[in-house]
Amino acid sequence: MNLFSIAWKSIRQRFLASSLTAFSVALGVMLMVAVLVIYGIMDRMFSQQSIAYDLIVGPKGSDMQLVLNTVYRVGSPLQNLPYLYYEELKKDSRIETAIPFCLGDATEKGGFPIVGTTEEYLEHPYTPGEKFKLKGDGFTSSFDAIIGSEVARVNGWDIATTDKPATQFQLIHGGAESHKHEEKFTVRGVLAPTGTPNDKTVFIHLNGFYAISGHDAPLKEAVKRWHEFSGKGTSESDINAAAAEWAQKCGIPIEEPPPKPGEHHHHHHACDVQKEVTAILVNTKSVVIAAMFNGEMKRGYKVQAVNPVVPMQRLMTDILGNVRAVLVVMTSLIIIVSGVGIFVSIYNSMSDRRKEIAIMRALGAQRRTVFSIILAESILLCFGGGIFGMLLGHGLVFAAAPVVQQQTGILINPLAFEQIEFVLLPALIALASLIGIVPGLSAYRTDVARALAD
Amino acid sequence: MSLELTNVLKTYREPDGNILTVLDIERFQIGSAEQVVLVGASGGGKTSLLNIISGISTPDRGSVKVDGNEITRLPEVARDRFRAERIGFVFQTFNLLPAFSALENVLLGMSFSGKRVDSKRALQLLQRVGLGHRTTHRPPQLSVGEQQRVAVARALANQPSLLLADEPTANVDVKNQDLILDLIREACAESKVALLMVTHSTEVASRFPRVDRLENFNRAALTTGAAR
Repeated sequence: MNLFSIAWKSIRQRFLASSLTAFSVALGVMLMVAVLVIYGIMDRMFSQQSIAYDLIVGPKGSDMQLVLNTVYRVGSPLQNLPYLYYEELKKDSRIETAIPFCLGDATEKGGFPIVGTTEEYLEHPYTPGEKFKLKGDGFTSSFDAIIGSEVARVNGWDIATTDKPATQFQLIHGGAESHKHEEKFTVRGVLAPTGTPNDKTVFIHLNGFYAISGHDAPLKEAVKRWHEFSGKGTSESDINAAAAEWAQKCGIPIEEPPPKPGEHHHHHHACDVQKEVTAILVNTKSVVIAAMFNGEMKRGYKVQAVNPVVPMQRLMTDILGNVRAVLVVMTSLIIIVSGVGIFVSIYNSMSDRRKEIAIMRALGAQRRTVFSIILAESILLCFGGGIFGMLLGHGLVFAAAPVVQQQTGILINPLAFEQIEFVLLPALIALASLIGIVPGLSAYRTDVARALAD
Repeated sequence: MSLELTNVLKTYREPDGNILTVLDIERFQIGSAEQVVLVGASGGGKTSLLNIISGISTPDRGSVKVDGNEITRLPEVARDRFRAERIGFVFQTFNLLPAFSALENVLLGMSFSGKRVDSKRALQLLQRVGLGHRTTHRPPQLSVGEQQRVAVARALANQPSLLLADEPTANVDVKNQDLILDLIREACAESKVALLMVTHSTEVASRFPRVDRLENFNRAALTTGAAR
């Protein structure tokens, strides 16, 4: 019979009190594990490994807003960039991929964000090494849409099947004045779940996006903006001359007459100078080039190129990191309070056990042996509670993973394990030893002759 | 000689500050495998004597030799080990641990001795005391007679050279009293273990070949007339 089996007998003898105190430790550890695992998942989500682009190019402004809006589809876009700038950037020999991204509208049903982009975005990995899996076809015409898995699930939208035609839907303009666009889009493809915000996004072809009325500025205004952006002449005559040139090139009138009331506003091919993008997703040919680009654009005043990881890591460390620290401190306190519970439980039992301890001493047990038995009891309760708590914590994550994914689109690996959890058990043993010292000393000091006489 | 006490003095300080002499023994001896019963009034210092012989407490002065080993000079750790290995204890209230089965109670005695825990011997001892069929029962599931028999098996677990029994039959009925007395005496004789039993019962004492009265050799009893 070793110390632990002797300690275990005594735990079993007071089973209800023992298991309740161990359970309180388990609950604390469960919360701690859940906090650690969930933070770990978020940290990875916002880290280098999750974003498959070196740079996000957008108008000057908050880099965090640009990344949150472009990658995570949260918040509203900054100003726009001219489409012609995208064309220029694409031609840059240092750039491998440049993908245009237009945000701002949402679906009428479910309010899912609409992204106007090209096939390239869907062919490019969404996270390093992972490509989209598509059910159905890609874009075949301007008014085709490819929807994320959550959009399909929540809205019940699908591609054409033998008994049902493909879903058609309309967009709501995302601006202040909430109005419905008349153009109808048809679901041609559904993406497999990715665990990213793409699951909650509707992708439409860039051409379709521009064909929607209101997504292009009047020609003269657009020319003026482009000239301002690119540093060309902005005098009245310069603008007029350039506008005339663009009008001829695109076969449209310089000044479009406003639509008569009740008249259907036909969609049309917008002139490139009228088109705008909210962001450009860029992969450069090397990390060094990415850094160079970043610096180059910092010096300019209209465009920024952001390494998407940087603002996200800032978000993690500055804000969420502190939240985690608070949660870790709170759950640690819960564990310590449960530890105090164990202390009280063992300490209270000591007066009942003085006789038992005296008997063991009379049988030849040494002072340090009875001390160790009490310590072993404390360790068994904390450690057992800790192991149970870890199982509960991972069980909680396991059970919550599908719910969280449905609610937020965040894909949680239900079996995720954080290395820092390895620290938990030794820490619990240290706590248990601390808890066991006082009742252990009381066992150590038992007056055998007196306790036997009682 | 299994036990040899020379010039042993044990005093206690009372709450009012007075010094109370409990034991003042010039000489007390038990030969090897001898069986001795010690009769004395309650509060006559019998239990104090057993505590000193077993090393649970130490005398103010004097020498206590068990099997030729002077135990009063040993540090506490060594005394504990010595007690575990060489001295068996049977108590009036049995003092079995309620959370442990009969077998585990016997094994517990072994595990404190530093020797190998010998389950086979523990089982044999339980069979010897007639409890071979109740080894997994815990003390509350056993009758008082059975509990005391487990305690006897536990006391013999480490093959001691001296068995101390403190009123072992005071809490059992008459039928069990004879049974347990016979058991203790036979088992000690079989294993050649010296036996010192204290009792206040003359009926119990009458069954022993050697009966000593504590008052006869404890000078404390003569001077103060009372002790614990």
